[in-house]
Amino acid sequence: MTFLEVRDLEVEFRVDKKPVKPIEGISFELNEKEVLGIVGETGSGKSLTAHAILGLSTLVGGKIGGSVKFKERELLSISENEMQSVRGDQIAFIPQNPMTSLDPVYRVGDQIVEGLIQHAKVSKREAKPQVIKLMERLRIPKADRVFQQYPHQLSGGLKQRIVIAMGLCTNPQLLIADEPTTALDVTVQAQIMRLFSEMTRDRGIGLFLITHDLGVIAQVCDKVAVMYAGRMVEFGNIEPVFNTPSHPYTEALLDCIPYIGMKKGSLSAIDGNVPSAGNYPSGCRYHPRCQHSFSPCGTNVPALNQIEGGTRVACHLYQGKKD
Amino acid sequence: MPATYIRGKKTDNMENFIEVKNLSVSFDVRAGILLRTIGTIQAVNDVSFSIKKGEILGVVGESGCGKSTLARLILRLIEPKSGSVKFDGIDIFQLSKKELRQQRSRMAMVFQDPYSAMDPRYTIFRSLSEPFQIQNSRFKNEERRKKIDDLLKLVGLDPQHGFAYPHELSGGQKQRADIARVLTLTPPFIVLDEPTAALDVSVQAQIIKLLEDLREKLDLTFLFISHDLSLVSYFCDRVIVMYLGCVAEIISADLIGEHAQHPYTKALVESIFKTKPGQKNQAPPLEGEVPSPFNLPPGCVFVSRCKYAQPICREQPPVLEKSAEAGRVACHFPLS
Repeated sequence: MTFLEVRDLEVEFRVDKKPVKPIEGISFELNEKEVLGIVGETGSGKSLTAHAILGLSTLVGGKIGGSVKFKERELLSISENEMQSVRGDQIAFIPQNPMTSLDPVYRVGDQIVEGLIQHAKVSKREAKPQVIKLMERLRIPKADRVFQQYPHQLSGGLKQRIVIAMGLCTNPQLLIADEPTTALDVTVQAQIMRLFSEMTRDRGIGLFLITHDLGVIAQVCDKVAVMYAGRMVEFGNIEPVFNTPSHPYTEALLDCIPYIGMKKGSLSAIDGNVPSAGNYPSGCRYHPRCQHSFSPCGTNVPALNQIEGGTRVACHLYQGKKD
Repeated sequence: MPATYIRGKKTDNMENFIEVKNLSVSFDVRAGILLRTIGTIQAVNDVSFSIKKGEILGVVGESGCGKSTLARLILRLIEPKSGSVKFDGIDIFQLSKKELRQQRSRMAMVFQDPYSAMDPRYTIFRSLSEPFQIQNSRFKNEERRKKIDDLLKLVGLDPQHGFAYPHELSGGQKQRADIARVLTLTPPFIVLDEPTAALDVSVQAQIIKLLEDLREKLDLTFLFISHDLSLVSYFCDRVIVMYLGCVAEIISADLIGEHAQHPYTKALVESIFKTKPGQKNQAPPLEGEVPSPFNLPPGCVFVSRCKYAQPICREQPPVLEKSAEAGRVACHFPLS
């Protein structure tokens, strides 16, 4: 049984009475207990993909198309009421910025308890020891004291742990984390990512991790989806995609990252800029920046095809070379 | 005297272009209705180093370690509590306002956030012509226009971009325009304060390549501030690792991966997530977070997170001592 199956997911917004599709053609699947990373540059549609899976895009006026099946249940056709019991209960979401996603006027403990009362139908008195236990497992020092504190009294790393506790408190089966470590220092990022891996592995939770940091993806994920300008360009197991990237964009993106011991002057860059939604080029959206671009790239949209090794690639270089 | 390497080329016995000696600055924290001083934040604590001509010196550390304060001190944008900065032999803290303004044309700074570094109501052209007006440049209108057009081309923009307002440009283009603004008076020394932190990796690589290219063409010297150790080790010749306002280690960029001597430098190296899926980091991450810089305890500032800490570390601050290969390390028990 596939745990999460997404087929041809798209979101349409109307801007100045014209339809704009910031994301389209997103297809992937995730097995139970797997960690999937979604990587891409700003504006590539990573967060929007997560919001669409949770049905959140409709709340801001978007139209979601395609199919999202969670444990064989189609999420896009169920009512908002039913969806609310899926959100938080089965699929939890950890938003991007812990600094702004906590309410500044409530104690952090109460904010975690609130979710637990809502979904697990427990009383406030029962919830508190559970929450403190969870906070301790997330290695929050002096958890019963932190429980009573307000967000502004906590450091960035602690706030992030609180937000993770909010996500984990209802024992979800899938956790969607949107850039959970972007705002943190490197040493704290290392702690939090390790914690993430442990918590999801121990509890058998699937993790859907959104980040622009390819290093985090490489170290944490089993599978990776690379997005560019609202479309998925490559999807597969982490080792083949990162060690022998097939799509020219994945390859170029990996070459943009300096590493310790890299020879001076050997860094390569991708010329040009990421196009914004509404200004996407025709055909393959990467073709104006692609070094391998040839005749069909400017006109035909490449389909996401499986190639040798099980990776799926949307690139004309691989069309006709089906596995 | 040990040989120094700049951009991989061996150069020996060059004199120091920038010399920073025992630089310190602290800020008083006041509270209550009487605004009594309740403590001090030691933002930069007894920092000494030098930069050679043509060198790229990196400063790396986590938030709150004093990187940006250090940058501002070196350009005398804030006044120090003690210490000196010699710029090409001139102590900039001894200069009068007028003399300082003259020297300012020879040093410049690129800021972290390209979105707020430029006046939103000025076109790029007007922002770029302002330095000429302030420095009473000899360039007349025609010449000035040509010079600005050339500058825009130099940083990879089109002269047409001069008519644009900052909000019309992308992040990368804005950072290019900001670099052009900094280059208007061709300063030999430029401080780069996290110039790529707000940019995507592909655009970051573009800007880094541009800076490499400009350094070569215009014979520039850079002080490059970043929190990204991989980037610093790639782009810089030498690296200063800072922690809570103090220098932990000064090390050649080539040695940072394998031969870091300060436990903090090593922890930073180990907290990097490599893009190779096979190469997992085995070492456990550093515990805890950077403590508040408010009223620092005596002894080594890193002691609360250091797994090698001994009683002496809590009592006596370590001195920045010479280590192997022209590096310096401030640790009672440096790693070998």
